[in-house]
Amino acid sequence: MSQEKIEKNVGLLIVVILLAVIWGGLVEILPLFFQKSTTTPVDGVKPYDAVQLAGREVYIREGCYNCHSQMIRPFRGETERYGHYSVAGEFVYDHPFQWSSKRTGPDLHRVGGRYSDEWHRIHLRNPRAAEADSNMPAYFWLQDVKAKDSVGKNIEAKMQALSLLGVPYQPEDISNARKALGELTEEDVLIAYLQGLGTALTTFK
Amino acid sequence: MSDFTHDFWNFYIAGVALVGIIGCALFLWSQGSASYTIGKTTGHSWDEDLEEFNNPLPKWWSWMFYITVVFSLGYLVYYPGLGSFPGLGKWTSVGQYDAEEKAAAADYAPLYDRFKGMAIPAIAKDAKAMEMGQRLFRTYCIQCHGIDGGGKDGGFPNLTDNDWLHGGTPERIVETIGNGWQGVMTPHDYLGADTVRNLAHYVRSLSNQPGVDAARANLGRTAWMNSDCFTCHGTDAKGNPDMGGPNLTDNIWLYKSDEATVIDTITNGRNLEGGTTTNNRMPAWKSFLGEDKVKLLAAYVYGLSNK
Repeated sequence: MSQEKIEKNVGLLIVVILLAVIWGGLVEILPLFFQKSTTTPVDGVKPYDAVQLAGREVYIREGCYNCHSQMIRPFRGETERYGHYSVAGEFVYDHPFQWSSKRTGPDLHRVGGRYSDEWHRIHLRNPRAAEADSNMPAYFWLQDVKAKDSVGKNIEAKMQALSLLGVPYQPEDISNARKALGELTEEDVLIAYLQGLGTALTTFK
Repeated sequence: MSDFTHDFWNFYIAGVALVGIIGCALFLWSQGSASYTIGKTTGHSWDEDLEEFNNPLPKWWSWMFYITVVFSLGYLVYYPGLGSFPGLGKWTSVGQYDAEEKAAAADYAPLYDRFKGMAIPAIAKDAKAMEMGQRLFRTYCIQCHGIDGGGKDGGFPNLTDNDWLHGGTPERIVETIGNGWQGVMTPHDYLGADTVRNLAHYVRSLSNQPGVDAARANLGRTAWMNSDCFTCHGTDAKGNPDMGGPNLTDNIWLYKSDEATVIDTITNGRNLEGGTTTNNRMPAWKSFLGEDKVKLLAAYVYGLSNK
């Protein structure tokens, strides 16, 4: 097929371009949807409850992923510091996952249960109070905003949307979501989210 | 045993990959074998005399492309990629990780073996051990205890002052790091605000804090005896390392020493389970770090207070 023929035939050009673009995806992306290790949760992985889900919204809204990854690679240098490497089955309920690709701060995938809620409060309000050399911004206003008025405003709709994507929420999980958020602040729900991260495969008790 | 829901996907992946590679090679060959007239232009011209030639691909470029085709086929023979075919090299990322761990364990074992038979006070005097201990401490401990081990207000103990919540003997330190601890102060709001305030004055009088009202402190002393304070803090208020109850007489404070904070501590308690998740506690490190590192850390922490 000569270049001239493709160039002068817009329809053919579109077909050929599409083929070139999707070829890699056909082999690298499509089969992932039929792979057990990416679609089956590992033991102990549960859907985020309403509180954690609201916390996850704070995490996304504040752009935590810009500096923190949630992906411990299978290298000794990472597992020594963070714990067990991440596996695909831990992220089946993450839509979208928060793997991120840059670490200005440490990886957070195994942060769940590692520090106390109190520590997180001190650290979020002023990171320097917990870690003198930290260059993380302070998120002191999170304690002043009720989750139900911001990130939790449409929590039922969010959970319903996730249900459509295959997260196994029960109807009562959704109907009780607002009650679960109660008067919790954005700080509370964010900490609840962080404390639940990566606990299924933790080597840290 | 396939990771796919259906074996079809193994063949699918292998098929798409191979068709892609072979298709590239065929396409390249078809271009190379087409006939060109060197120097003939496509007829396009821009900016008056900028014209587009329709010359054959340069030989060096075509050959590089052929080499990548051969390389990718070789790659798929050695490494996994063609569906469930594991490749002749049997490489997996987990296998590579395990090999790395094994090599590291062999490398580091002699370093730790040297300290196996040594007592912790002796390790704490060993410069090399303290250097290793400091690195471990700076990776795992400073987030709560500070880079110098000096702790922080808000329940993060100072490790340099030879004052111990759970005991300062080498065995106790190993146990605390390895198995963790959670000292719980229960809420005492049921005593009533006035009694709590008396108790606060009494507790603050034990370490000669400013602004103590002697009459209230006296009443507080009675309340202390009539309440359950002594179970964790001891009848002499000097603490109980088995319960993790702090010594209240030594002017070392986990939370602040001002009256309002002490009243808050007595009223609402500290480190209670509940809330969204866990409260202040010393986590258990043994399953993560292993006994060798815990021992070295214990020696480092012991050394901070016993120079």
